[in-house]
Amino acid sequence: MTKSKNSIARGIFLAVMLLFMYAPIIVLVVYSFNSSRTMANWGGFSLNWYAALFKDRDIMAALEVTISVAVLSSLCATVIGTAAAIGIHAMKRRWRNTVMYLSNIPVINPDIVTGVSLMFAFSLLAVPQGYTRLLLAHITFNIPYVILSVMPKLRQTSTSLYEAALDLGATPSVALRKVILPQIMPGVISGAILAFTLSIDDFVISFFCQQGTQNLSIYIYSLARRGINPKINALSALMFVVVLALLLTVNILGDKNSQEARKKRAQRKEARMARKSGTMVLEGNGT
Amino acid sequence: MKRIAVLLAAVLLAASLAGCGGGVEKTMSLYVLNWGDYIDEGMLEGFRQEYPYIDLHYDTMTSNEEMVIRLQSADSIYDLCFPSDYIITKLIKEGLLAEIDTSRLTNYKNLDPRFLNLDFDPENKYSVPYFWGTLGILYNTKMVDEPVTSWDILWDEKYADQIYMYDSVRDSMMVALIKLGYENNTTDPQQIAEAEALLKEQKPLVAAYGTDDLRDRMIAGSGALAVTYSGDAYAAIQENPDLAYAVPEEGSNIWFDNMVIPKSSKNKDAAYLFIDYLLRAEVAATNAEYIGYSTPNAAAMELLDEEMLNDEVYNPPQDVIDRCTPHIDLGEYEKLYHEAWTRLKAY
Repeated sequence: MTKSKNSIARGIFLAVMLLFMYAPIIVLVVYSFNSSRTMANWGGFSLNWYAALFKDRDIMAALEVTISVAVLSSLCATVIGTAAAIGIHAMKRRWRNTVMYLSNIPVINPDIVTGVSLMFAFSLLAVPQGYTRLLLAHITFNIPYVILSVMPKLRQTSTSLYEAALDLGATPSVALRKVILPQIMPGVISGAILAFTLSIDDFVISFFCQQGTQNLSIYIYSLARRGINPKINALSALMFVVVLALLLTVNILGDKNSQEARKKRAQRKEARMARKSGTMVLEGNGT
Repeated sequence: MKRIAVLLAAVLLAASLAGCGGGVEKTMSLYVLNWGDYIDEGMLEGFRQEYPYIDLHYDTMTSNEEMVIRLQSADSIYDLCFPSDYIITKLIKEGLLAEIDTSRLTNYKNLDPRFLNLDFDPENKYSVPYFWGTLGILYNTKMVDEPVTSWDILWDEKYADQIYMYDSVRDSMMVALIKLGYENNTTDPQQIAEAEALLKEQKPLVAAYGTDDLRDRMIAGSGALAVTYSGDAYAAIQENPDLAYAVPEEGSNIWFDNMVIPKSSKNKDAAYLFIDYLLRAEVAATNAEYIGYSTPNAAAMELLDEEMLNDEVYNPPQDVIDRCTPHIDLGEYEKLYHEAWTRLKAY
């Protein structure tokens, strides 16, 4: 009896949690199909806001900026951050700790401090206004997160594999590509994904580093005075669906990969067993 | 993992391709900073088609204060901004604005002289009006039977928990100051303190202090009275015909959003072209229909729908305009208002 009560309670808890997390998104998606402009009343089902969304040059331009900054900044930050992590990992203990502390500070630092200081730095260095600044800012704040997600993977690897590769005649760059990178790849990928999401999310730092170019979060915020346009509901609904699709694809691909790997491992094992029994048979024949 | 890389590359390629296109060489740039959703998209499109050699960058902002910060930065790039009245006084004082040569604006004559030479920029040396409106009370005629003619109704206990106040320091303090018979731009600490006390007395009756959400709640019929801007009231009444709007007889605030050219602008010629384009009667009329705020453009008014023109919310009679005054920048005295407001919110 208590067991089933427990499982009912667990089910309810799960349902409430999911409801809390997804109810706002559901409301938003539902209202994106509302033909009326306000959230106050339901004017009937319509796809007008979706049509209007794709015609709106400002929103499309802001979306383009957001996506291209997210892709470029996460790629750059991943390359720089991974290289930095490998370098830091190879340092002597004391240096490694010092540099790790230094690279962690921007993570703990409030965004607003990072934003303001980047603004001053950019104008002091006369970095051209616009897209360049936004991209540089995003790369800057993304790097520490990539380092943070690559470091644990590096700690799990052993240096002897790398040394073995060198002993067997690999050049350091080949060893890096063929031995180190495959081992830390999961960390690199999760760092890249983290950087990508952070970049799409970012508002505060972008706020201080953009004149003449605008990303989506800033654009949406600027609508506050006149009221959020339902086009934004439509856009958010689409983004939600795209992100969901992306996540599902990555997971399914990942599953397939690991299934294939499992299958391959199983095949290899079978082959090994077969060879073994084969030799046994041969041996048997011999005797 | 390779597949992800391919996906990313494809997105990147699509993004960079989308940025290309267009035939005419851009010889001029124009950086505009305006409020979000404060222009009809079609007007930007029209300008781009008519002046294909101008590379138009259009940014949006949320507050006057944000705009000031951007203009103050040493390497500001903006050529045209849309600040409100009181902030113009401040910008002029700080020497951030360029003088506007109205002889270069062929459509300047379209403007209604009633909306020129106002206190915040007495000779319109620095600014050209874009939109204007009043502050008043939006009310639900199903819940409020009596005529709304005075700010006093916001202190009527009959409407406890059905009153919405606007969450903006100067606007809400003005309501109390005017009710007390003082001016909305007073710098007398005693008068400001009295206004604060009056708002504290009202607080138990107030259902919420809000901005944009108030309009939605009024449309949904969940409140009786709300302090609102005329433009928002006009939009709300279109959604819910039970609503009505009144500017109390004691007086109120009239506000203006204006076009200005920052001193630091590097593309003043393009800025003039854009201002002149927005002042065209047809452009201003289409823009006004989209935004729903009152236009100071007399030539555009003639092109508007009869229905809009006869609407007293959209096109208030002269006596309403006469009893309203704009806010002006109070410099160091602004602090008194902010402190009073903070104490009220915490009360």
